[in-house]
Amino acid sequence: MSEIVDARGLSCPQPVLLVMSKIQKKASGEIEVIVDNEVSRENISRAARAKGWEVREERREGEDRHLILVR
Amino acid sequence: MEKTGNWFATRTGMIAVGALIGVLAALLQKLGNPGNMGICVACFDRDITGAIGMHRAEVVQYLRPEILGFVLGSFGAALATGEYQSRGGSAPLARFVLGMTAMIGALVFLGCPWRTLLRLAGGDGNALLGLAGLVVGVWIGTLFFKQGYSLGRNQKQSFGTGLLMPLLMLGLLVLRIIYPPVEGQTQSGVLFYSAKGPGAAHAPLFIALGIGLLVGFIAQRSRFCTMGALRDLILFRQMHLFSGFLALLAAALVTNLVLGQFHPGFEKQPVAHTQAFWNFAGMLVAGFSFALAGGCPGRQLFMSGEGDADAGVFVFGMITGAAIAHNFGLASSPAGIGPHGMAAVVVCLVFCLVIAFGNIERARA
Repeated sequence: MSEIVDARGLSCPQPVLLVMSKIQKKASGEIEVIVDNEVSRENISRAARAKGWEVREERREGEDRHLILVR
Repeated sequence: MEKTGNWFATRTGMIAVGALIGVLAALLQKLGNPGNMGICVACFDRDITGAIGMHRAEVVQYLRPEILGFVLGSFGAALATGEYQSRGGSAPLARFVLGMTAMIGALVFLGCPWRTLLRLAGGDGNALLGLAGLVVGVWIGTLFFKQGYSLGRNQKQSFGTGLLMPLLMLGLLVLRIIYPPVEGQTQSGVLFYSAKGPGAAHAPLFIALGIGLLVGFIAQRSRFCTMGALRDLILFRQMHLFSGFLALLAAALVTNLVLGQFHPGFEKQPVAHTQAFWNFAGMLVAGFSFALAGGCPGRQLFMSGEGDADAGVFVFGMITGAAIAHNFGLASSPAGIGPHGMAAVVVCLVFCLVIAFGNIERARA
């Protein structure tokens, strides 16, 4: 079961904060993140990788991208 | 490693962008811009406010082409890479007020974060107080983010809404070309100019515009942000944006040393005053405002070029803040803070606190 973080429409630094708070609660597993712009995708990917999580882009739906963070 | 197709968003790209901005800013001073003010988004927005007559402070009236270039360059970069997204509607009035408080605070110190670095790079010791204020202001902002502060989500807007900022900048550029400055005169057509003071110091139009376009382009690609640099360092212990911040400072310092523009000291620094506490407090208010609004003044311009209407609202808040700052005697000058500068800092801090406390979402996950 992956948890879902919806970071659409939020400005910096909130997308990263949302993801970080999830990451801090989970030692491992899967987190699905929905973003709607390239900047959030870059920032979340950078922050998650720095914490040792792998980032996969699952699919695009219009302007939304679904990222899967795995550890 | 960072898997991204965007080189500018890598660590190397970020350092290169910061360094290039530092070199270009120092060069702009050599080419005519005011001392330690190669690029200052707050000062230049304020000069534009004067150029269109919204304040009539005679020494700071000039339609700065750099600012127009920032928005248009970012617009071009966003269009070219498919990142143009018309969006808005996230607490516009709060963002407008934050633009005002940011500008008023910055004008008590006399500079935006970019100029804080350029002043340091020119040897202006007073900027150390401004930098300290900026750090503390951003730090206060991060405390609110940790408590769940949010101005809410934006929404997709019509294509046309996102075009407004680039179009407005294009319109200003047309005015600047139709009504060029006339030697010794303070008015040319509908535009106001300065015969003396910082407003009279400027690099040639097309050089300033060209550098503005280039900086707008690379800053959009890299997401360069001086407030974000400090915020991410404090909040996430992340160096990414901060590396660009340091690169700007280092590159401007080296360029100044080469060009003979480095003059260490506190007294008689260009467009600066020596009232330490108010340099600190002004920039604290500005830093707090930038943090709450999610970007330094430069970043707000670049985002407005990408179609972010909320950033555009912040920019107009800054312009309104500049008008009020000069009309009400809130802005500082080399002689010291304005007659009502102290009151301005207190009032702006109160507004920031109202916005900060008033937008904490307790129910968040």
